[in-house]
Amino acid sequence: MALLELDNVRRSFGGLVAVDGVSFSVRPGQIKAIIGPNGAGKTTLFNLISGVLKPDSGRIWFKSGRIGGRRPYQIANAGLSRTFQTPSLFLRMSVLQNVMVGRHRLSAWEFAGCGLRLPAQSREERAIRQAALSRLEFVGLARLADVPAGALAFGQRRLVELARALATEPELLLLDEPASGLNSKEREDLAALISRTREQGVTILLIEHDMSLVMDISEDILVLDHGLAIAEGPPTVVQNDPKVIAVYLGTG
Amino acid sequence: MATLRHLLGGAATTGGQAQFLGRPWGAAALRVLAFVAVMAAVQLAFCAAGKAYCLTQLTMAIYYAVAVIGVALVMGCAGQVSLGHGAFFAVGGYTSALLTTCDLSAFQQAAWAAWLQSCRVLVVRPDLYGGQVMSVSPWAAFVAAMLLTLVVACVIGYPSLRLRGHYLAMATLGFGLIVHKIILGSALLGAADGITGVPAWRLGAGLALTGKAPDRVANYYLACGLVLLLLVVLGNLVRSRVGRALQAIHDRELAAAVMGVNTAVYKLKAFVFSALLAAMAGVFLTHYSGGIGPSEAGVLKSVRYVALAAAGGMANFWGVAAVSIVINYFSLRGWFGSYDQAVFGALLILIISLTPEGPLQPLGAWLRSLASRWFAKREAAHGPA
Repeated sequence: MALLELDNVRRSFGGLVAVDGVSFSVRPGQIKAIIGPNGAGKTTLFNLISGVLKPDSGRIWFKSGRIGGRRPYQIANAGLSRTFQTPSLFLRMSVLQNVMVGRHRLSAWEFAGCGLRLPAQSREERAIRQAALSRLEFVGLARLADVPAGALAFGQRRLVELARALATEPELLLLDEPASGLNSKEREDLAALISRTREQGVTILLIEHDMSLVMDISEDILVLDHGLAIAEGPPTVVQNDPKVIAVYLGTG
Repeated sequence: MATLRHLLGGAATTGGQAQFLGRPWGAAALRVLAFVAVMAAVQLAFCAAGKAYCLTQLTMAIYYAVAVIGVALVMGCAGQVSLGHGAFFAVGGYTSALLTTCDLSAFQQAAWAAWLQSCRVLVVRPDLYGGQVMSVSPWAAFVAAMLLTLVVACVIGYPSLRLRGHYLAMATLGFGLIVHKIILGSALLGAADGITGVPAWRLGAGLALTGKAPDRVANYYLACGLVLLLLVVLGNLVRSRVGRALQAIHDRELAAAVMGVNTAVYKLKAFVFSALLAAMAGVFLTHYSGGIGPSEAGVLKSVRYVALAAAGGMANFWGVAAVSIVINYFSLRGWFGSYDQAVFGALLILIISLTPEGPLQPLGAWLRSLASRWFAKREAAHGPA
């Protein structure tokens, strides 16, 4: 059974149809990639899945519950997390605090308990800190825990954002161009990190332009062009699909 | 906007803290001790100099600081501007003043009055002329004021906080103007004269919230205790799940939502909490001064709170309390004369000028670098967490 399923999802901005009746599904445990030229509607599709945008029509299921049109926090609380194309960290908070925000959905104390610092709340706070630190260790940035997020280099921000998303303990993780702006060494590390994340039982759906990375790690690829899904399948099949070749190389 | 923030004490969101009894709240404990020491020293100095009457204005300034801290909470943590805190102050103060001064003796024989009296919601007390009046007890009036503020703040905040942007500033500005006009136009609320003759609030243990000279020192410490308690609670709140969620909303609302923070509800809760603080300040100050006037609801009062919150460093509640108490004290002592409002306007302009987008940006940058160097030194001395 599919973990995420889209059925005929459509979204337009004014006259521009950004996502035009896209249907696909993601199986639990797989790494699936969405590729396509700029403006193909990839990020819009992510925004529709994560609740940042509402679809005009079509249905989205996550773990057999309808999530299409739900608010972002509801979808996050259902166990779906994401990163952004440009890392979207809380720049005035420390690296550790950024990741601690990821524990929000897994902790419970509200204004009164936090203000009075009840013993049980203090225990929860320590657990949040520990969980966040372990995610930072996972991405290899534990030494930067107390540095303000605004002081980090671009590649490091990517990793902190990944750690923050993982801190929510998602079942499905959406990564929006995780390798863009990284150097080749950082890309290699990232590919290893994504594979290790999957080994921990997290299903991954990613948008990526870096073809070598996509072909290396993903088992399934969806190709979008002008809002339409033009091909879907394993890397070897998609690579040889004439429609995909036409989109990427142009038709003679 | 947090230009002076680092100059006026520790940033409220710093994670690294000294250890105290194995718990990481040493810096907070030291700050509490320093606060108590300074407040006690000020009281002793005023009394020794024979100027105990100055404590009255200082106590009032402390109560105003509670309202300013409320503004700082909603501005500094949740990133929303409220121009209605003067009105919330008035909602609290007027509710309390009206209920504790209205004479219900005419209903004394009614069964419901007797029942409410047995519940201590209604109390009979002697009036100024030796007669008897029956009115609502200050405790019940306080609860009523808080409940009314809760409802009003939800009604104002709910629609405007679902949206991103400055809708709350507009909604609260309109709310403030309306409240001011309602007070000026209603005889029940004393119109331009306000309500006077508000009784003392007997809090128990011989402590009464009143401005009378014999209770002056006790009331000064009562106000100090209230603001200290508030600062400790807010300090806890900022360094918690809730504080992080609010800060996250302030920095990147969308990213906060994607992390599972219900942004609309958190902004609303922060706003309602801050409105309750303003109303609480209103209730306490009304009992302390024995009355309240319509100028408390004026938009200029709200702007004054915003200026003081900005000058104190927004999310740095200790700085906000210090700046607010000092400047309001001078204002209440009449130091600024007829320039009183202008001082707060000038303060706001100065703070905005020093921000990275402001015309005095180089000076602001220099102050910030000075502050960050000072902080780096302090961090090195204390060591990491």
